[in-house]
Order: sequence, then structure tokens, then C-alpha cells
Amino acid sequence: MSDAAQLGITVPAAWTRRHLLDLEGLNGDEILALLDVADQLKTATGGCRHKISVLAGKTCANLFFENSTRTRNSFSLAAKRLGADTVEFSSTGSSVAKGETFVDTAKTIEAMGVDWVVTRHRTPGTPHLLARELGCSVLNAGDGPHDHPTQGLLDMLTIRQHRGSIEGLTVALVGDIAHSRTARANLWGLSKLGAHVIVCGPPTLVSQRWAELGFEVAHDLDEILPRCDVLNLLRIQFERQAARPFPSVHEYANLYAMNVARMKRAKDNILIMAPGPINRGVEITPEVADGPHSVILEQVTNGIAVRMAALYLTANAGNHSIADDKAGTR
Amino acid sequence: MTAPILITGGRIIDPANQTDRVADLLIVDGQISAIDPAKESIPDGAEKIDASGKIVSPGFVDLGVELREPGFNEDETIATGSAAALAGGFTSILCCSSTMPCIDSPGAVEFVRQKAVQADGVRVHVIGCLSKNRDCEQLAEFGLLHEAGAIAYSDAPRPITNDALLKRALEYARMFNLPIINRPNVMSLSEGGVMHDGQVALVLGLKGLPTEAEDLAVARDVRIAEATSGRLHIGPISTMGAVDLVRRVKDRGIPITASVCPHNLCLDDSNLRSFDSRFKVHPPLRSPGHISTLKAAVADGTIDAIQSGHMPRAREKKMDDLDASPFGLASLETTLSTLVTYMVVPGLMDWSAVIDRLSTAPARIAGVGGGCLSVGYPADVTIIDPDAKWTVNPLKFKSRCVSTPLDGLTLDAVVDSTIVGGRVRYQRGDDSAK
Repeated sequence: MSDAAQLGITVPAAWTRRHLLDLEGLNGDEILALLDVADQLKTATGGCRHKISVLAGKTCANLFFENSTRTRNSFSLAAKRLGADTVEFSSTGSSVAKGETFVDTAKTIEAMGVDWVVTRHRTPGTPHLLARELGCSVLNAGDGPHDHPTQGLLDMLTIRQHRGSIEGLTVALVGDIAHSRTARANLWGLSKLGAHVIVCGPPTLVSQRWAELGFEVAHDLDEILPRCDVLNLLRIQFERQAARPFPSVHEYANLYAMNVARMKRAKDNILIMAPGPINRGVEITPEVADGPHSVILEQVTNGIAVRMAALYLTANAGNHSIADDKAGTR
Repeated sequence: MTAPILITGGRIIDPANQTDRVADLLIVDGQISAIDPAKESIPDGAEKIDASGKIVSPGFVDLGVELREPGFNEDETIATGSAAALAGGFTSILCCSSTMPCIDSPGAVEFVRQKAVQADGVRVHVIGCLSKNRDCEQLAEFGLLHEAGAIAYSDAPRPITNDALLKRALEYARMFNLPIINRPNVMSLSEGGVMHDGQVALVLGLKGLPTEAEDLAVARDVRIAEATSGRLHIGPISTMGAVDLVRRVKDRGIPITASVCPHNLCLDDSNLRSFDSRFKVHPPLRSPGHISTLKAAVADGTIDAIQSGHMPRAREKKMDDLDASPFGLASLETTLSTLVTYMVVPGLMDWSAVIDRLSTAPARIAGVGGGCLSVGYPADVTIIDPDAKWTVNPLKFKSRCVSTPLDGLTLDAVVDSTIVGGRVRYQRGDDSAK
């Protein structure tokens, strides 16, 4: 029996991919495979705190062309918890600053012998381009406003840990949907697992076209609030907005900030989530962020769990365990 | 003088003279000498080209090609662009001002014309800048540019963003009877966009180029053209709204003209799901509703002409992500085949209409001659094999640009030979593009 099997870690048959590029392209079974393995790895590492060696001898390169603190560190820790080595690259001070294209930079790093490239870039589709150009696995750590699969997964894992299942829940994504990769990752992931998803915010940040794609579009938080099981409060992405989509932060907070008064109108067991970094006083007040319904810090821990799952499954694509095969035939 | 040529047995399609029949075409001294010439009038030693099973058409005319020289020779040169045009069946092209320096001085016009003479291929007609430095502040010297040989004024591919300047240009150009060409685009609505603003852009998180940016510019253009009685060509257009405006204003008898690019008749915005920069083209690939409207408008003549939209960019520039890589494509060598594949084969348009949109109409709009096979006119002739099929491989293009959204597609019809002024300047061979 292998170490992984002894630790209770499986490779579900649904998983066959070498890359994790977006949640839009995955089916429900693949998403569940990631969540299940995340739970297993979280347990095997004592709540993401201890080191195991299931990926010993492998190397994970973080290639971030955009600033990041939590995602970068979360991926690094996830790799280290599983026994892999990590190597860090950032766009400032590297050859990218000297005019090299990001594909050439990635190829150079791959040539150093890495097994995964974890990439973040301001332009949608860059991980997909790298997956075509590189031989190693590519994990998307955020590509512009397009997708951020591990963020979507950690949000879903957190919901599932509290509610047992995603199916049938009403989840509202509130705020800057237009510029948010977290919003898109959640939209695809949650809807594939059977949740009712509402996108809520001012019309300049929430396109009516989302309704054409089958999602509920709302502009009045107070109207939808009593129906919601989960609120995911997205940060206003000032850095991605060419022109300010609302008159003032004060006006935005008045319309959409989750505060104590609004909490009184919410369901008793509502979960309050935020992908962070949070703008206290803009989308969420401190009383709510630090209150009993907030699971913001659990999300951070679960981030390591889903990133361990992404690393583990992409490294073992197709190597699903015999036990799992038997389970499949029974 | 050039040697006489007798093109035998081809189907001669000449919309300007309402000709569509199998006949021989005699070229003498660089001019069309006769259709179905009497035996005794054929000079001894005339070169014979067997065109049985082929279509004999007036040479194609392109209303706006970027040649990029001087300044951006890595993208294209006048010589390589000329060779690409010939391989695409074009005998005349209008050259845009996306050069460094731009073509806002008589010297720049002369430079392009001289380089074209050296290239000794397609007829290159120069579009002079509409504004000095293409910055939309002040009119370029229309009179001096005209004297140097410019045949139209435009800042294309940049749009005219200054309403008052467009009005002044349309008024002022009237004394030279030359057209103004505008590429409709309200920049404040489209800034930073990389693809059609629709459902696909929303899903991909890519910044959109909204249709209203084009519609609004067309609405302004047609109103100013009407007010000034100026000669205005709008193009390329790519939206339902633009087609609607053009149709309505033409119904009122305002003599504006419009054109469309072949890529907007065949490929939709879902191609961007690949995140491949070869689909980053301008005008952008729109959603299917726009495509069917544009096809109908080309077929019924609301859209007068097809222009290739040739916008060559070097391979290294296109080898980047969708934000960083420029808009651009090589399209001179695929224009005819795209139209045949997506318009003629499905039965939306007949051959005569295709040749009208590619030759007769653009020649009339530009006022540069050509576009017909009338006796006594310069022999600009394109011979087409309508039944051949080929697979697009941009590495075989004459153009320096190897990026095309049609890469790998199999298309109908091939240009067999291109004759400019009675000289065969391109002949499809083993080493040719197809």
C-alpha cells in the first residue's frame, strides 16, 4: 500500500487532467473530486499544518506577473505540506521587466526542471496559452477577470464543510462582478454543483447578460438578502476600473455594504464570505467581518487544502487508485 | 510594349458591362483589345492562356491595405504586400497611412509610389492622411498631397475622432473631388477592448468593443456627409446597427458607400475562447446575428464593397497574450476564397455579385480606374479557378505576416493568374501560396 493510500488519499476516476485552468471547463464530478481530495489532504495534514511526503521530489514554480500575497503563499505552503520543493518568480526584477514575453519566461523556468507552473497574470487566457506551450502542469492562480479556480474551490469547500452540500443553496455574489475572477469561478463552480446563484451589484458592475446565461441578476441587496444562505462579498477592484462605475465609495457602501442592520434581516445561519483582501467599511463592516457568521479565516485555511488537491491531482492525473476503481465497478 | 495575350475559353464575368459568358479575351499593348476577337485580329505570337473551366474577372481593387513601410518593415513592406495582393487577385490596392512617418506630406506620398514602382507588381494608390500627424487636430495639406498622387484622404485604421475636422475635410475635399474614408469607431466607448462586447467577452472576462462604438460613429458620419454633400466612404463596418444606418441613409438618396471585411462574414466571437491572438482582429469577430446581417447586406448591395482588411503584424508581436498582442491579420491572400466559401457556395451570392463587390464597386468608389473589362481600358485581369480547394497555411503566404484567423481552414476557389496592365504578374505555381 502506498503512503497516500495509507493516509486515505485517493485519486477519483473522474479526474484525468494535467492542468487546472478554469472551473468553467470542469464538470460537476471533477469539481467534487477536487473538493473530496482537499478534505482528505486537510485531514492527512492535520488541518493543513503538518508535512506529508506524497509529492516529495517534485518542484512547483510560482510565476506571478501580478501582485499577490495570500494566493502565492498559499500555493507555496500547499506544495511544501505535500513535500514538494518550491521556487518563486515575480515579474518585477525578472526578465519580463527586460522585455521578455511571459511565454519565454515560463519556458525558461520550465527548462529548470519544474513539475508545475502556478501562474497569475492580468490578461485572461494566459494559463491556457502556457498549457499549450509548456510540457509541465499549469495551475491558474488568477487570469485577469477571467477565472481563479482555486478561489472558487476554497469558497465551495468552506460552504460544503458548513452545510454538507452545495446543492439547493442560494448563494449571492455581491459587488464588482465585472472585474472579478472570483465571481466567475464561483458562478461556474456553484451552478455545476446545483446552487442557485445570484449576482448582485450596481448595473455598471453586473451585466444584464448574466441573466441570458441563466443566473439571477439583482441590484437591490436588501430585496434578495432574506433568501440567501451564503453571501460572498467581493472586493471593489479599483485597480482594474478605467472609470469609476459608481459615484462614490460612500454611496456604494450605503447600497451594498454588509453591516449589522442588514445582518438582522438575513437568515439566522447565513454564511458571510469574502475572498480578501477585504476593504473594511466598503463591502463589509468590521462587526460583520469579525462576527459569528463570518468564515473568512476558514476560507484562508481551506485555500491551502484545495491547492494541495490541485497539485496532487494534476500530478496523478489518470493514476486513480485501485480501491477507487473497485468502488466504481460495484 | 507588352506581348499580346489571348485568354481562351474562360467564363468572362464583367459586371460593369453586364457580361457573363464563355469567350476569348485578347489583350494587346496592355489594354483590353477584344472579347471574342476575329481570328485575323489575333497577333502572331500572342501568348495563349487556357482558361477553360476558369473565371476571367476584372482585377480586384482593395479600398484599404496596411503596407507598413516606412517604419514597420518587420510587419510588411511595399514589395511583400504587393506580392501578397497579386497572389490574392488584386490589381489595385489603396495604401493606408499606418506608417512612420505617416503619409501626411507630398514626400511621403512620393516615397510609397516610388517603392511601388520598384516592387513592379500591383498598382499601389496612396491614401493621404486626413489630419497632420494623424492626430485629428488639423487638416493635412489635401492639395499638395493630391498633386503628389494621393487619391483619397483618411487616418485609417485610426478613426476620425474630431467631428468638426471631419466636417471640414468633407467640405474641403470636394474641390479635388476625392473621397474621405473613415473607419467608424468612437474611441471613448472602445478604449482597451480586445474583442466583440458580448456574452463571450463577459464569460472570458475580456474587455469588449461594443457595437455602439461603431454605430454611433456611423450615425455621425452619415449626418455630416449629408450636411456637407461630401464624398464619404465608411468602412469597414461590422455591426447590424451600422448596416441599418447605411441602408436608411442610402434609401434617402445620400451617396455614401460602405465596405466590409471577409473575416466579419465568416467567423464569430466564440473563436476567442481559444485565447489565441490570431483571432484578435479589427473589426472584431462579432456574434452570429451580426454576421448574418452583414452577409445579407453584402448580397443585396447595401454594403457596396469588400475590402481585405489586411493588417499585417510581425509574428513576434502576435506571440503574446490577448491584451499585449496587436490587432492584425494577413487577409489579401484569403479574401476571394473566403467570399466564395461563405457566400457563393452556400448560394447567398452569385459570381457576378462577388466580382462587383471585389472589383467594379471599389474601383468606382476609389475613382482609380479598373474594375471592368471594357475594350480600350488597361488590362487588369484576374483568372480564377472556381473549383479548386486549398487549405490555408500562412507560412506559404507572400505576405510577411503569418497570422490569420482562417489558419488551417479549407476554402474554395483559387486565384490562377493576375494580370496588371497586360503583364502576367502572378501565376499560381508549385511554390505559390496555394
